[in-house]
Amino acid sequence: MRTRSLTGAGTHTGTGARLVAAAAALGLLLTGCSGGDGESSDGRITLRFQSLAWQDESVQVNKELVKEWNAAHPDVRVEYVQGSWDSVHDQLLTSFEGGEAPDIIHDASDDLADFAYGGYLADLDGLLPDRLRRDIPERSWETAEFGDGVYGVPFLQEPRVLIANKKILEASDARIPTVEKPWTWAEFRSATKELTAGEGRKPAAGQAEYGVAWPLKDPVSATLNLSRSTGGQLFHRGADDKVTIRYTEADAEVPAVIHDQVNSDGSASGATLGMGGSDTLPGFFGGKYAMVPLGFSYRQQIIQQAPKGFEWTVLPAPAGADGATQGVSPQTLSVSEDTPHKKEAVAFIDFLLQPENMVRLAQGDWMLPTGTAALADPSLHTAKHGWGTGAALARELLPAPAQSVRGYPEWKDKVATPALQEYYSGAIDRAELEKRLVKDGNLVLARYQR
Amino acid sequence: MSLRTSRPARAGQYLALLCYLVFLAFPFVWLISTAFKPARELGSLHPTWIPDSPTLENLRQAFDEQPLLRAAGNSLTVALSAALIAVVIATPMAYVMARQRSRLATAATGWVVVSQAFPFVLVIIPLFLMLKNLHLINSLLGLIMVYVVWSLPFALWMLVGYVRAVPAELEEAAAVDGAGRLRTLVSVTAPLLAPGIVATAMFAFITAWNEFFFALVLLKSPEKQTLPVILTHFLGAEGVADLGPLAAAAFLATIPSLVIFAIIQRRITGGMLAGAVKT
Repeated sequence: MRTRSLTGAGTHTGTGARLVAAAAALGLLLTGCSGGDGESSDGRITLRFQSLAWQDESVQVNKELVKEWNAAHPDVRVEYVQGSWDSVHDQLLTSFEGGEAPDIIHDASDDLADFAYGGYLADLDGLLPDRLRRDIPERSWETAEFGDGVYGVPFLQEPRVLIANKKILEASDARIPTVEKPWTWAEFRSATKELTAGEGRKPAAGQAEYGVAWPLKDPVSATLNLSRSTGGQLFHRGADDKVTIRYTEADAEVPAVIHDQVNSDGSASGATLGMGGSDTLPGFFGGKYAMVPLGFSYRQQIIQQAPKGFEWTVLPAPAGADGATQGVSPQTLSVSEDTPHKKEAVAFIDFLLQPENMVRLAQGDWMLPTGTAALADPSLHTAKHGWGTGAALARELLPAPAQSVRGYPEWKDKVATPALQEYYSGAIDRAELEKRLVKDGNLVLARYQR
Repeated sequence: MSLRTSRPARAGQYLALLCYLVFLAFPFVWLISTAFKPARELGSLHPTWIPDSPTLENLRQAFDEQPLLRAAGNSLTVALSAALIAVVIATPMAYVMARQRSRLATAATGWVVVSQAFPFVLVIIPLFLMLKNLHLINSLLGLIMVYVVWSLPFALWMLVGYVRAVPAELEEAAAVDGAGRLRTLVSVTAPLLAPGIVATAMFAFITAWNEFFFALVLLKSPEKQTLPVILTHFLGAEGVADLGPLAAAAFLATIPSLVIFAIIQRRITGGMLAGAVKT
């Protein structure tokens, strides 16, 4: 059994890992091993399903589906366990080490690499029914494939979209983008200039104080995922299977637009660079920002919090040389390697992800299903609340660039986040950004690939 | 040297104190304000201290969505028990460590300090395995044990300081007056030590009341979960929050500790006075 660090995916040092391993071994020696197999004396199986659903509607749907399964399968009972996105990685790792992991695990695909390589998750290849395998596109499966195995079923995803103040946008001279004809990044930059009155100035019709507010508290995933539209890849896997970082023109295009909007054009607020998405909403509702790039699920917060009469619309994110594509890390359902009831766990996942159920889960979370059949559901193609725009964008979603790169979390936290934050605020130039991302970054990745 | 201060200096002191109190109170007042704001006011560009249209909707939603009362009961059980047990164990230990000037006591003190440097992540896996084999996973008793162990070193360290502050000469004087060891401890040392014991209990209580990670890892069933774990159920991925109900639930979560603080603070003052005047 390989031991993982609790400090984040793939961030263990040799000493830290040895300490944790030694501690775990000591614990085992002191206490001996024991464990249940989830089977009662009458042969009835109980599976624990840890869900990370958190919005009320989403929790209700998950609980209803569990209830429906239990009613139809008296011999394989599923117990709903409420998990939490906060500290889920550490919580799962401890449960895996202690042999107490839930049988069915809800997580995000970018958190799976460590668990998959660590041998904690079951390889689902060969267990998944053909229906489910065929229903989910290959590009989504790629987010949960590590080595030769499949370690999760990607089922919900969300693109980044532009949420715009409808009145300001329509009163401006800017062309309103559509899914068929989104803005290019250059058009987006000129549109935000058009929409900007300037800091402290009274906006005219068709203007806000700023054309856009970039909430970039966590700049790495937004930058990398949006850069897929310009062909950005950043991580390159060689013939020897080792990953190195290269910062090409394609990788630099999106960061340059954001940098210039903040530092040259004044069309993006510098103050929001340190904010999370929710923090920008008051300014958006108050007409300070004309647009905010946000995850698709933020629509629920906008509906809840927008003042009466506030009109908003969902626009596709700008497109680059590779079209309107962008990277995503879908939510996944995995099975614990330790569970003796893998077949039953997969059967429950198959039930949960039947097209009609996937639609219910997607609506509950204000996200998009990965399944082709669910995505075709008419309820996800209405103009209301921008569902149709998101559903159309789902065709263009690709795995996030760093999906299976070991050492990515450490690179992200120690190298990329501070470097991008400094670049966007204007503290360093592109050359320095490139130096840090590549030189410092490759040193970090090399430690994981010896 | 005179202890008297001039009026301007005193006014300055009060001003500094006021600023500090405002600084401390700001998050709490803002939390209360948020808890009673309707969703639309939460998204206002010009937020107000006092909600324009105060509502109980956030409270209703928080109670509807999560079992807050049960979680508060669990937290209270765990925190009170952990504080009580930690103090009962730490007090005699601290007395011995403070009064016995031996190498062993010095080494024990050193170990206590070093043990504070252990990160949670280093202990959680062996702890988890041990509790599992004692069938104490998903048990409030298991969590209480963890919190006692976790708060004990610091509690011990605090109490050693308090015991050392009690002059040994008082105990010697009691012995000269004919009091036995136990009588001396109960009648002389304990009253003087009371504020320290209460302060230590408060520390242990607050540590257990606020602790999140152990509770998250060790408690599986929803009916066993404590308040900090339940509060995270109002948070989504990437820090998205259901802000109104979260603020309402967080406000409720602060009430028991405030009440206990209010009660205990009076006890500390009483204890200090009792210790200050020898009758």
